[in-house]
Amino acid sequence: MNGFEWFIPVILTVITAATPLVFAGIGELVTEKSGVLNLGIEGMMIVGAVAAFITATLTGNYLLAVVVAALSGAFMAFLFGILTLSLMANQVATGLALTLFGIGLSALIGQDFVGEPVQAIAKLNIGGLSDLPVIGPILFGQDPLVYLSFLMVFLVSWFLFKTKAGLILRAVGDSHDAAHSIGYSVIGIRYAAVMFGGAMSGIGGAYLSLAYTPMWAENMTAGRGWIALALIVFATWKPGLVLVGAYMFGGITILQLHAQAAGLDIPSQILSMLPYLATIVVLVVISKDESRIRKHAPACIGKIFHPAA
Amino acid sequence: MLLKIEKRPESSHSMVYVTPILALLLTVLTGIVLFKILGVDPIEALKNFFIVPINNQYGATELLVKATPLILCAIGLSVGFRANVWNIGAEGQLTLGAIFGGGVFIYFHDVDSVFLLPIMIVMGAIGGALWGAIPAFLKTRFNANEILTSLMLVYVALLLLSLLVHGSWKDPDGYNFPESRIFSDSATMPILLEGTRLHFGTILALLAALGTWFMLGKTLVGFQIKVIGAAPKAGSYAGFSQKKIVWFCLLFGGAMAGIAGVSEVAGPVGQLLPSISPGYGFTAIIVAFLGRLHPVGIIFAGLLMALTYLGGETAQINLGLPVAVTGVFQGMILFYLLACDVLVNYRFRLARFGKAAS
Repeated sequence: MNGFEWFIPVILTVITAATPLVFAGIGELVTEKSGVLNLGIEGMMIVGAVAAFITATLTGNYLLAVVVAALSGAFMAFLFGILTLSLMANQVATGLALTLFGIGLSALIGQDFVGEPVQAIAKLNIGGLSDLPVIGPILFGQDPLVYLSFLMVFLVSWFLFKTKAGLILRAVGDSHDAAHSIGYSVIGIRYAAVMFGGAMSGIGGAYLSLAYTPMWAENMTAGRGWIALALIVFATWKPGLVLVGAYMFGGITILQLHAQAAGLDIPSQILSMLPYLATIVVLVVISKDESRIRKHAPACIGKIFHPAA
Repeated sequence: MLLKIEKRPESSHSMVYVTPILALLLTVLTGIVLFKILGVDPIEALKNFFIVPINNQYGATELLVKATPLILCAIGLSVGFRANVWNIGAEGQLTLGAIFGGGVFIYFHDVDSVFLLPIMIVMGAIGGALWGAIPAFLKTRFNANEILTSLMLVYVALLLLSLLVHGSWKDPDGYNFPESRIFSDSATMPILLEGTRLHFGTILALLAALGTWFMLGKTLVGFQIKVIGAAPKAGSYAGFSQKKIVWFCLLFGGAMAGIAGVSEVAGPVGQLLPSISPGYGFTAIIVAFLGRLHPVGIIFAGLLMALTYLGGETAQINLGLPVAVTGVFQGMILFYLLACDVLVNYRFRLARFGKAAS
């Protein structure tokens, strides 16, 4: 058993670092599949994080906290929808605005809660199963949101590729004019997809403030929303690969914790740079093949839809 | 009755100037509601936000001090935004400007020469441009999205600065605080008005705005930027190189932000610290849009955004309002502006059911 002693805590921290990325990434994937590019993930995540934290502190009800986070993320996304879908504003600029606004708003509503402690979300404990060596804590000892994140990847994958509704959503993303002329409500479907993305980002934020580091601090998302965006390019818009990518980034993120524990003499700042540098490297490697990106990216992504009368 | 949005045959020129004012009005109206919720008299709050900070000479000069980095960064960003080059990493380029410019002083701190400051400014511009060159290279060579790469580099730049001021650039007489030496007089921006913090950087910002106005209006590269931004296909038919424009926009934007960075550390900040900017590089995105991507507009927008920083501080001191209100105000202005901009290309029409289609 000796060889595994370091292994279990490493895997466990990788899981906690990856889960917020899984949520944010899978939500944005659905948004992008419908042809909308929402760069405001960071803003929706941070609002979700503060909403969840405040709800959990005030009520002690974690289920409610996660629901509130999802609703606030969806609300932020709804604002994005009003601007980009109804008022046809530029999606890139609006996404940036959503992030700047979300960071400001979360700092304002969270200011009385900075530094307050909160109990981390409870881990599952299924008696004997969770006590099994090695696989017990990894497979049966996670908090409920980790299982939910896997379930969401599965559900999104099934929805997009095995259901008619998913096919319609992809059609809207690939050719909004065609979808419109068949009679589907392009704008309505996009509102739904954008708000689903917002809800998932909100839950991703909730995971940060309730499980990853159970506390609230301004700007605590620290660029994870942007990393989630890069993940989708990495995954070439495939749900399963979003999961793989999130765990890869989770692994890089926690490298700093364990490198320091292992006594490696590397300045913490260099180690903290790794996730951001890795994101750049991954983007470069994936984007190099332009035709591959073009083949997989939704054709209408970022384009404004205005039905000609 | 039904409200319909229909496309204008031509973009409305007057609306381009009306919508920023409309957005500001809506922000103030929402602000009144927000202040009510926070339990503060809205009139008193608005007064503290927009009037008290600048009703004396010192306040007015502080407005210029805060507007300087915003205008410099926004000028750089606006050129890129015009050509659909989405550099959002000005904060990182600003930081590298501070590192390169400040680094000159760190290594030549005992030199007392009139050339020190000019060299620092040039190095600041080079540092920012180098940081901008990375996304430019990755975009033109590997097709990597510049939004994501320029943003990731912000975090890398901030960590790099932290590494330096915690490490080898720490002031040897600084009681081990993570701060560099305090810049000597010959490494400090000259003060323009005795008794204030108004410094030479403000002149650099105004020169940058004027120079950019000239560049966009009178030079070939300015023309190419405008054409590629408005109609990429027309640009490529005309034989304009998209890649060259990407390079130009990111180098130019980086250099401007770099100058902003060095002008901050050699100006109001006075040394290298782990944090040298309250997010000027990000707020500059709002400034660029609010100023309609036009150099003159950006000067006004920069002053307005600077006022929200000052107003936030004043409201905190006088009324106990949280500083975070500033961020909410800034975000809200951009939101409303983007929403109101629908009026530039579209118009609302009341249509009756049935007759609407005809």
